[in-house]
Amino acid sequence: MTAPLLEVTDLAIDFNGQATVRGVSFTLDRGETLALVGESGSGKSVSALSILQLLPYPTASHPAGSIRFEGRELLGAAEPDLIAVRGDRIGMIFQEPMTSLNPLHTVEKQIGETLLIHRGMDAPAARARTLELLELVGIADPESRLRSYPHQLSGGQRQRVMIAMALANEPDLLIADEPTTALDVTIQQQILELLSDLQQRLGMALLLISHDLGIVRRMADRVAVMHRGQIVEQGQIDAIFDTPQHPYTIELLNAEPSGRQEPVADDAPEVLAGNDIRVWFPIQRGLLRRTVGHVKAVDGVDLHVRAGETLGIVGESGSGKTTLGLALLRLIDSRGDIRFDGTDLRALDKATLRARRADIQIVFQDPFASLDPRFSISQVIAEGLRVHFPKLTETQLDDRIRSVLGEVGLDADTRHRYPHEFSGGQRQRIAIARALVLEPRLLILDEPTSALDRSVQSQIVDLLRALQSRRRLAYLFISHDLKIVRALAHRVIVMKDGHVVETGDVENLFTQPRHDYTRRLIAAALFNH
Amino acid sequence: MNPINQRRWQQFQANRRGWWSLWLFMALFIASLGAELLANDRPILVSYQGAWYSPVFTDYSESTFGGDLDIAADFRDPYLVDLIREAGGWMLWPPIRYHYQTINYDLPTPAPSAPTTDNWLGTDDQGRDVAARLIYGFRISVLFGLALTILSSIIGVMAGAVQGFFGGLTDLLFQRFIEIWNGLPVLYLLIILASVVEPTFAWLLGLMLLFSWTALVGVVRAEFLRARNFDYVRAARALGVGELTIMVRHVLPNAMVATLTFMPFILTSSITTLTSLDFLGFGLPVGSPSLGELLAQGKNNLQAPWLGITAFVVLGVMLSLLIFVGEAARDAFDPRKGGMR
Repeated sequence: MTAPLLEVTDLAIDFNGQATVRGVSFTLDRGETLALVGESGSGKSVSALSILQLLPYPTASHPAGSIRFEGRELLGAAEPDLIAVRGDRIGMIFQEPMTSLNPLHTVEKQIGETLLIHRGMDAPAARARTLELLELVGIADPESRLRSYPHQLSGGQRQRVMIAMALANEPDLLIADEPTTALDVTIQQQILELLSDLQQRLGMALLLISHDLGIVRRMADRVAVMHRGQIVEQGQIDAIFDTPQHPYTIELLNAEPSGRQEPVADDAPEVLAGNDIRVWFPIQRGLLRRTVGHVKAVDGVDLHVRAGETLGIVGESGSGKTTLGLALLRLIDSRGDIRFDGTDLRALDKATLRARRADIQIVFQDPFASLDPRFSISQVIAEGLRVHFPKLTETQLDDRIRSVLGEVGLDADTRHRYPHEFSGGQRQRIAIARALVLEPRLLILDEPTSALDRSVQSQIVDLLRALQSRRRLAYLFISHDLKIVRALAHRVIVMKDGHVVETGDVENLFTQPRHDYTRRLIAAALFNH
Repeated sequence: MNPINQRRWQQFQANRRGWWSLWLFMALFIASLGAELLANDRPILVSYQGAWYSPVFTDYSESTFGGDLDIAADFRDPYLVDLIREAGGWMLWPPIRYHYQTINYDLPTPAPSAPTTDNWLGTDDQGRDVAARLIYGFRISVLFGLALTILSSIIGVMAGAVQGFFGGLTDLLFQRFIEIWNGLPVLYLLIILASVVEPTFAWLLGLMLLFSWTALVGVVRAEFLRARNFDYVRAARALGVGELTIMVRHVLPNAMVATLTFMPFILTSSITTLTSLDFLGFGLPVGSPSLGELLAQGKNNLQAPWLGITAFVVLGVMLSLLIFVGEAARDAFDPRKGGMR
């Protein structure tokens, strides 16, 4: 029996002397796909980065272990030996296509660089090979794309360029670190299909790092589940998914948001109604900044939400869903009719609008950015209270803060701590508490779960559902994650390029999508089930 | 103190170098505020015929102490000293018996004279005590620097906030104006202006303020432009908090870290500018105690190294201490530092 292509034995990684990864062992054969699965912070990315010795040494160190690639030890290998392997024998794709390409270099230069270094090709040969690669990864009109800069490409195209770079020297092993996380679902599907197609054609081994079990199940032959720096379970894909042994694996597999909403009472009053909402941003050109056209971010959207009801708004990035949310909040200017409880929000003057703000609240996508790092949790929550209930005494304020923290499932004794001392899921609970404490009637949830791990996502979904039934809240749930929308929404609006392409009850929409785009979206999101 | 400031205070103390620098600087500064009690040609307290006198605070006539003439009492005059002693009185002197203006006519060598037990750091070329002039010079430098820093920070932060907040045309015009303004050769202008008016402390402060306020505008403006689209600023808007409150509460603190990072540098550069003007002879009025003037004397009297060395050491220590304090203050305001997990 021949030695495996990659053999990682008992790998340990320390950061500043703190044990981060312990006893990680796995092997990978030619043409095989191994998936490393785990939540953020489980050590899957650092394990993969240490194969190419790309960690920030000496902050990071390896107290034990060995990484053998074709029998050669990579751990602690000399820099020239590593350079010979990097980008030549082992290629790597990173998560964020925005930041992993150099914004100042053209596509030709980025891909050509590795050819010049490792193959010693001259410019015309490198150019020919680059064209070939761009065609391989399915970029349309590669000739004209050679001179494009990264900002001129879409997210999916950038990721294709990244893949082309990684494949330039026909590596034996491709490490893909969350290759599709930053992409829209339909693009995700295309990239994954491309990867598995390329893998078969070139016979490479693929080390796939992902938190998305759906992707893993579809792509991998074997899977290793990581938890707190250790591999808790590994084996053939079917074995792990059908008969998981370790409790953490079981938890991970059950972490999918599930359940459906109870129907809303027929007599529930309408809370928000929007009619023909439009948000156009002018495009200005020339010295005199003449308006030559408009970017129609939101173009003629109708919607209405009743008390206790969730309206899901789905669509890919750039479809205008977030802009719509901001327009409904009157945080940006819009045209059309926005009625809240029958009053036209757009007709209110500033002072009245400010007084009404308590009724509509928002929870943002990124819980790290939506809390002022200089404010303690108690101050964050008190801020709105002080505006809308100026008569409350300090004790009454504190009582309300403690009760709302209890309601969102946080320990009220932590209220004097600062945001950075909390995890992403906890911060999102704080953001929800900040909104809830004003006793709003409508909550706009702008991708509240997309920055969180799966298991935390379902906790937040459970929390939102419980809050809704207790307080008869209306939700406007903006998301690109159809699974969560299905678990939380009563009705759904599908948006594309600022327009509503389809609207309907959640079950109808998911089981019998009428519009072609909806069908594609659902197929892409659920293809792995 | 609320928990945030407690944490900041702990953070400040955690920077040991800055913490000790603050203590040392404060000790020096407070001591120099009482310069009249440290270095003076008048005693702090005089007991004469059972009555108490405090010449540091009040002017007395020689006749008060039994002299013949009704002129201001010179307590360094052996005649007056004898009069008081004969009447059974005594005098409590400051440690240094020279005011910054006092000329010591009783020198062993021609001025500038080397350090002696009487003149600890020697005298300058006019026979004035260097130690006394240092204490007064330190005080005036620090007070000038602090006043200039605080005033230019206030103006700079406000100008930057207005630009970042309103953006658009206001921002554009203001930015171009500042670019032109910054293009002016500041030192020459100061020299020309200082030759037009009789330079006093207030005049110099005003003139330098004309040019130093621009230092902070850029960073504050950038912070405002960046922060006004933060999610937590949006969230505050959605909560119904007023625009001005948002700016002060959520946006300004972002700019404060940058401001505080710059402040020690503005302070040191203010002190340096004052010193260089004094060095060139365009600064404070003739006869004022100033470190720059002492440096100039050191340059003109290389045979008297105690002048140059003293001025250099004092300036060096003062500026270093301020930088260390500034670093610690910056750490204290950084929410990402310390307190993790």
